[in-house]
Amino acid sequence: MAVLLIAEHDNKSLKDSTAKAMTAAQALGGPVDILVAGQDAKPAADAAAKIAGAGKVLLADDAQYGHQLAENMAALIVELAGKYDAVLSPASTNGKNFMPRVAAALDVPQISEIVSVDGPDTFTRPIYAGNAMQQVQAPAGKKIITVRTTAFKAAETTGSASVESVSAAKGPGVSEFVGEELSKSERPELASAKVVISGGRGMQSGENFHLLEKVADRLKAAVGASRAAVDAGFVPNDYQVGQTGKVVAPELYIAVGISGAIQHLAGMKDSKVIVAINKDEEAPIFQVADYGLVADLFKAVPELEEELKKQGY
Amino acid sequence: MKVLVPIKRVVDYNVKIRVKPDQTGVDLANVKMSMNPFDEIGVEEAIRLKEKGVATEVIAVSIGPQEAQETIRTALAMGADRGILVKVDHEVEPLTVAKILARIAKAESPQLIILGKQAIDDDSNQTGQMLAQLLGWAQGTFASKVVVEGDTVDVTREVDGGLQTVRLKLPAIVTTDLRLNEPRYASLPNIMKAKKKPIDAKAASDYGVDPAPRLKVLKTTEPPKRKGGVKVKTVQELVDKLKNEAGVI
Repeated sequence: MAVLLIAEHDNKSLKDSTAKAMTAAQALGGPVDILVAGQDAKPAADAAAKIAGAGKVLLADDAQYGHQLAENMAALIVELAGKYDAVLSPASTNGKNFMPRVAAALDVPQISEIVSVDGPDTFTRPIYAGNAMQQVQAPAGKKIITVRTTAFKAAETTGSASVESVSAAKGPGVSEFVGEELSKSERPELASAKVVISGGRGMQSGENFHLLEKVADRLKAAVGASRAAVDAGFVPNDYQVGQTGKVVAPELYIAVGISGAIQHLAGMKDSKVIVAINKDEEAPIFQVADYGLVADLFKAVPELEEELKKQGY
Repeated sequence: MKVLVPIKRVVDYNVKIRVKPDQTGVDLANVKMSMNPFDEIGVEEAIRLKEKGVATEVIAVSIGPQEAQETIRTALAMGADRGILVKVDHEVEPLTVAKILARIAKAESPQLIILGKQAIDDDSNQTGQMLAQLLGWAQGTFASKVVVEGDTVDVTREVDGGLQTVRLKLPAIVTTDLRLNEPRYASLPNIMKAKKKPIDAKAASDYGVDPAPRLKVLKTTEPPKRKGGVKVKTVQELVDKLKNEAGVI
């Protein structure tokens, strides 16, 4: 089964989610080519060529792909899809944006956010915010799949595939990029950070998030938030961890002042180690935490920062 | 301009769902059902466009069982003008929904179709994008701001790294994210008024679409359970455990 994997990148560099999605792609059994569509995206394509398992890297370098507009991306992928039996993409906001268009153009159902490949046409995916898992079998025909990359290990970067240019497809010309406002942070990205510290409604205000930032700086962690904290206006939505936000699976997840609503748990329960700091000892978050500390966060978090500092972090 | 708002009747977001012991699905008997929260945001946005004088008519469409009529009534009570119920008694896949909506869009010629970014039952996050492709329209998914200006709409989108703004030629598709607006509650007089608003009853066959699912659901299971661990008494103990027991810092 020939597979086309759509790379997640920002033109300059390749996102880790691409190597993780590669593991899912390889589980389908068959050669995997990677498509890097972008503008001045040679560096991303070169990085993709190093992913072990890549047959070749297709580079579509054109201004219309600079911001991954769904209409243009879909037109390109549909044109290339002819040679492949399956097309996969990380379930990033990019993949979620263009993949359903590809599926509709090819008249096949899409399988969203798979967490395992159980057979060449059989996959498992979470439904109801991760409160149930559904195993589905795709019909004959091309398979269009997005991958919840936190569920897969990254492929090695020992490969040396060739990079081949492919020409741009004619986009429908109905959309244009106006601008973007990307969160600037020296800290690692939520989706790929090894340590994540998140705050909930218990933080009481956006200003109080600086308590978490201090700990984050000691542990080189990313800062996240629950939906409650986003809804309360403490932090922007791109901080949100949960079914309606980002799904993360770091080595260490520290939940501070987060009660543990189902919707939040769906976004972090695959973390290796979970720590909960909450003054309410009945909070459901303690049911999933490996280490729970019942304490007032306004005392405990500065203490944690102090203790880490003392130990040389 | 007309605005079409597709809405889905789903398990209420406060309900803790149960997987059936025989793994055939999720137990929906006697469970509270509501409008999908993202769709509610879509209805609210459409009504606000009407209140601003941008939209002239708001049409709520639902594809689902007879009971989905209640969901349409909710949208009408919020301020939508009329409804269309396409009755289908089983699960309908996103592509099927998109095909039916595409036919309705051709008949109604809306300038804007506003959908929820995903339904909180199947979590597919596909219908809006598929509909956009079938119609050959532009799409602004995961919207946190929608500004209609002449024959274009500017949509600010919630993306992984922050916010992105795109300009789309109308007609266009918008899918909603959480921060777009806070949906209103319907007032009692409006709930009474909504009872008189018209709802067209249709079937999938009226649109020439076969509603049969194409994905085969083999089984539905409980997610793997995570066990609670230990309580620590102090921050010092916590740091010690993370360092020496778990080895994650």
